[in-house]
Amino acid sequence: MTAPLPAKLRPRLPMTWLGIVPFIIFALLFLILPTMNIVVGAFQNPAGEMTLANVKQLFQGAIPAYYLISIKISLASSSIGCLIGFAVAASVTLGGLPKWIRGPLLTFSGVASNFAGVPLAFAFLATLGRLGLVTMLLKSWFGINIYGLGFNLLSFWGLTLTYLFFQIPLMILIITPALDGLKREWKEAASILGATGPQYWRMVALPILFPSLLGTFALLFANAFGAVATAYALTGSSMSIVPIVLFAQIRGDVLQDPHLGYALAFGMIVVTGIANGVYVWLRTRSERWMQ
Amino acid sequence: MAFLKIAHLEKFFGPMQVVKDFNLEVEQGEFVSLLGPSGCGKTTVLRMVAGFEAPTSGVISIEDQDVVRLKPNQRNIGMVFQAYALFPNLTVAQNVAFGLRVKGVPRSEIKSRVTEMLDLIGLPDLANRYPFQLSGGQQQRVALARALAVRPQVLLLDEPLSALDAKIRVSLRNEIRLIQKKLGITTIFVTHDQEEALSMSDRVVVMHKGIADQVGTPFEIYNKPTTKFVATFVGTLNIIEAEVTDPAAGQVRIGATTATLGRPLPKGKITLAARPEMVSLGTVPGRATLLKGRVIDVDFLGSVIRLRADIGGSVLAFDTFNNPNIVPPAVGDEVEMALNAADLLLIDG
Amino acid sequence: MNRIWSWLALSLGLVYFFLPLIATVEFSLKMRRGEYSFDAYRKVLEDPRFQETFSYSVVMALFTIAFGVLLVVPTAYWVRLKLPRLRPAVEFVTLLPLVIPAIVVVFGYIRLYNTSSWLPLTGSATGTNLLLMFGYAMLSLPYMYRAVDTGLRTIDVATLTEAAQSLGAGWITILARVILPNVLIAVLSGAFLTFAIVIGEFTMAALLNRPAFGPYLQLMGANRAYEPAALAVIAFAVTWACMGLIQLITRFSKHTKAAR
Repeated sequence: MTAPLPAKLRPRLPMTWLGIVPFIIFALLFLILPTMNIVVGAFQNPAGEMTLANVKQLFQGAIPAYYLISIKISLASSSIGCLIGFAVAASVTLGGLPKWIRGPLLTFSGVASNFAGVPLAFAFLATLGRLGLVTMLLKSWFGINIYGLGFNLLSFWGLTLTYLFFQIPLMILIITPALDGLKREWKEAASILGATGPQYWRMVALPILFPSLLGTFALLFANAFGAVATAYALTGSSMSIVPIVLFAQIRGDVLQDPHLGYALAFGMIVVTGIANGVYVWLRTRSERWMQ
Repeated sequence: MAFLKIAHLEKFFGPMQVVKDFNLEVEQGEFVSLLGPSGCGKTTVLRMVAGFEAPTSGVISIEDQDVVRLKPNQRNIGMVFQAYALFPNLTVAQNVAFGLRVKGVPRSEIKSRVTEMLDLIGLPDLANRYPFQLSGGQQQRVALARALAVRPQVLLLDEPLSALDAKIRVSLRNEIRLIQKKLGITTIFVTHDQEEALSMSDRVVVMHKGIADQVGTPFEIYNKPTTKFVATFVGTLNIIEAEVTDPAAGQVRIGATTATLGRPLPKGKITLAARPEMVSLGTVPGRATLLKGRVIDVDFLGSVIRLRADIGGSVLAFDTFNNPNIVPPAVGDEVEMALNAADLLLIDG
Repeated sequence: MNRIWSWLALSLGLVYFFLPLIATVEFSLKMRRGEYSFDAYRKVLEDPRFQETFSYSVVMALFTIAFGVLLVVPTAYWVRLKLPRLRPAVEFVTLLPLVIPAIVVVFGYIRLYNTSSWLPLTGSATGTNLLLMFGYAMLSLPYMYRAVDTGLRTIDVATLTEAAQSLGAGWITILARVILPNVLIAVLSGAFLTFAIVIGEFTMAALLNRPAFGPYLQLMGANRAYEPAALAVIAFAVTWACMGLIQLITRFSKHTKAAR
């Protein structure tokens, strides 16, 4: 047995790194490598050779339309979700509503933003489906037949309305702390300097909130874009949005070429990656101000 | 007619009355401080002048125009906040320019005004910095420049120094006072720091429980407090127990000494108060009453020495200048102290 | 004026929130013609498939939570204590599951861990269950890590560690007896959130072909009329219970702290 080395001579760095090795292994095995596998697969043909053919196929046939409808639904549900969520959060934090509303509202939002997936589809079928409560009430009370007017839950607007159920509360959850970060003195300083309410919002509040707003928007976008369960339970395979097509493809019942599946998945990563790259970039900017 | 006039101002928050019958007239170019402990209503008065709170009743007028019904952005008032309140998304220059921009002042004029203001506060090189890149003192000076850029009629300062370090606080308060005099702008300054209030102001309003206890020059407030609250809140005070021997002639006995206050006093035991400066070591012309006591504490503070002496039941604290040629008294020494009995303050109860 | 708009915005939000719930509850009670009844619920609860899949998902959730805690607490602690410079990088990785759609990751699992691969997890039921649990842990990573990291921020990790070390405690003792009890509330919050996520998860379970609650729900939705509404109400109740418990323990912990 030799005496332990003095602290200075002991190789410290490797020991310190050891502490997060389990995390690194987990992240590699179950997050990064699987994703990399898909990305690499998107650029390979069945024989394992490098090719751009799969990615080229993303721009052919019906596939651009899948992406377009997916992006449209995600954009619509995230922008409307942002607007309504912002309005609700702003009215609770700044609108002079009683203070006790805030706690329950945030709890509601926590529940609703997590109430996604298959049950959400059921809830909206019961609400706005052909026999849904709202559909029936509109018919019997006002004589409005929304299905007669062209509405369909299994459509762009139907899916958007459904996604809003978790998009709005998610926006409320994320933006409320940001609104709390607006100091009362800023508003007061602006008004005593002669600014009107709209001027304050345009020149001070919105620029300060801008990174959080756009960041949340990006998050909501990715949230809607990657959602499979709700759409699948609502529409089966009848609605061709990218996640559904990919889901069917993985199950092996649509596309013939497995490597096109890689390309589809790769396209999804690119789209949400762009959205979230913007988010991360803007978030660091907003934190630099907020200190 | 006073430039800024506040009359019978009252404010309730629910059932709580925070400002009671507050009256104040401020002359043009005057620097008036509202001094008081937290919760005394001083900030509420200031916020009502600014327009952030609506008075329950009362009048606030600037140049004879009643402003109570005007919104803050219609009042032409400048304000500096305790927590700086600079807009974090705007640079120093943009912050200073803010008030001019919302007024629609032409760009070239804004530019020259901003330069002028940054020169005034001595930060001409920081125009393009963001607030988070500035020290607290710099931020507060920018806030002052921002408030002054729009040439307000009245400047309101809400504890602008209390978030700063002690050293910067002293230098900035001198600077604020200098700028205020230079521009001749009517100013109301809210603080809980008596040193700030006394050193900066033309007049001080001491507030207590929503009431203006006393309004006067710093000299009057400090030396001639009219209420017990003012006497105890401002400055240090020695409490002296005394017994009235002749109520009509105002004669009392303090320890073994008899002193004449020269005004009628109630019978029995009373409590008197004296500022440390009212007491001097040894005999001094103009201070006829001599008290004897034993030194119980000597605090060497550099230029002055603070002594505390037991005068038979009461303890008297007082200062004497440090004279390198004279050895100061030591603990246990018997000393003689002189004061002018007529200066003694009577504290009721 | 301002306040009227505020009430309006809030009401709009509340209508959006409650209308689907009311509709679902109403629909779930309509199974018997002409009157309200709990028939749909009875049918669902009596269905052995419901019992199987629900308990499968509950067990999966519990395992996921246990694994998540074991993974996240030491990592977050270690990063705060010894590797603060790596914090942004680790945080970035924990946020990735919000960026990469779950369907893409599970697609990767299927390709990477198939029967002919170096780690054939999908070859056996146990292996697939394990893989699914890792997937769930990945899904809940952003929430779990943030909850724990927030909890650690409120305590002085370095001082607590040094105090424990000076009393002769080893790393495991420090983690289990000093750090974990101090961030227990945060860990529980993360755990309930994980539970809510796992219990209804569809995509991963469906693509890995496991008999979980989510795929069962989807199957019922495709084949039945009233039962899905009852199931949605049950799922909502579970979500609600998880969030309610988070609120409850947070409030409870505030009270005990105030009492100290």
